[in-house]
Amino acid sequence: MDTNSKNKLMRYMAGNFSCQDIAQLITDYLDGSLTLGEQVRFQIHLGLCFACRNYLRQMKYTIGTLRQLPPEPVPQHMKEELLERFRTWKQRHPQSPVKSEIE
Amino acid sequence: MFGVPLSSQRLPIFPSSHTVHDTLKLDEPGLVRALQAGDEQVFAAVMDWYSGSLLRLAMSFVPSRAVAEEVVQETWMGVFEGIHRFESRSSFKTWLFRILTNRAKTRGIRESRYEPFGLSASSGETDEGPSLEDSFFVTEGSGMGHWKDPPDAWEPDTPERVLLSKECRAAIEQAIERLPPTQRQVMTLRDMEGVGSEEICNILEISETNQRVLLHRARTSVRRELNPYIQGDNT
Repeated sequence: MDTNSKNKLMRYMAGNFSCQDIAQLITDYLDGSLTLGEQVRFQIHLGLCFACRNYLRQMKYTIGTLRQLPPEPVPQHMKEELLERFRTWKQRHPQSPVKSEIE
Repeated sequence: MFGVPLSSQRLPIFPSSHTVHDTLKLDEPGLVRALQAGDEQVFAAVMDWYSGSLLRLAMSFVPSRAVAEEVVQETWMGVFEGIHRFESRSSFKTWLFRILTNRAKTRGIRESRYEPFGLSASSGETDEGPSLEDSFFVTEGSGMGHWKDPPDAWEPDTPERVLLSKECRAAIEQAIERLPPTQRQVMTLRDMEGVGSEEICNILEISETNQRVLLHRARTSVRRELNPYIQGDNT
């Protein structure tokens, strides 16, 4: 089968979702916001297309890497300043203990 | 949940992240009550746990780290003032990020003479216009909609190991800095802070669809920047 026929057959099987459609719908797919019909067509395309499977894995990997990025380091002077601000604020606003502490 | 008040549980002033994280997951109402009681140790622990995350989000709104630090300070002042009015209609974290967003927006407007981090003239601020991934595909002929250059399988290294590479870590951080601010804000909240999409819409006051488009564009840009580092020998 030549490439053109292969592409046509793949589009037919995948309910006309092209690779470009798959790339654009990945976040919707991962969020579970595709309709049932779209989800089935998405998965059929994935089953037939090695490149799109790789791309989906790359996107998942990217998200996994972003999750591992640590927050911004907070300088010690800022932590101390925050505590100081809290103490100043508390002195100005003395509070009675809340229920959970008296019970 | 707490048999004894939080204050008498000997929370260290800056405890391990484990302590606050687990307490928030297990007993957020108990933690909020301790904050409302003005418990200094609990405040210190919570400020320590969240300030780095707040700083990261603030940097997507304002022009410099110094201003971002001030925004975080102002956010905590807002928490001191407002914690008594907190009614748990949202999670504490969502409430906190919402305060920061409001303060950062105000500050960002005031500082608008500066160019925000990473906002270049060519980068789109909204979800309009062609997306980056359009350039990955054949646009005419029988191959229309197919990959110009089909993606390969990435090396099976773990994300943790990828981030150990200085070059790779720098590339991903620069890619995030270069994102348009709204894309960066959504990505920071969703992928780095693990905030749910509905809460992000609430925090940033954007629609669900807009949130998803911004997130998708941000992820697509960062994936592209990561690609040569994972395919190459840099990791």
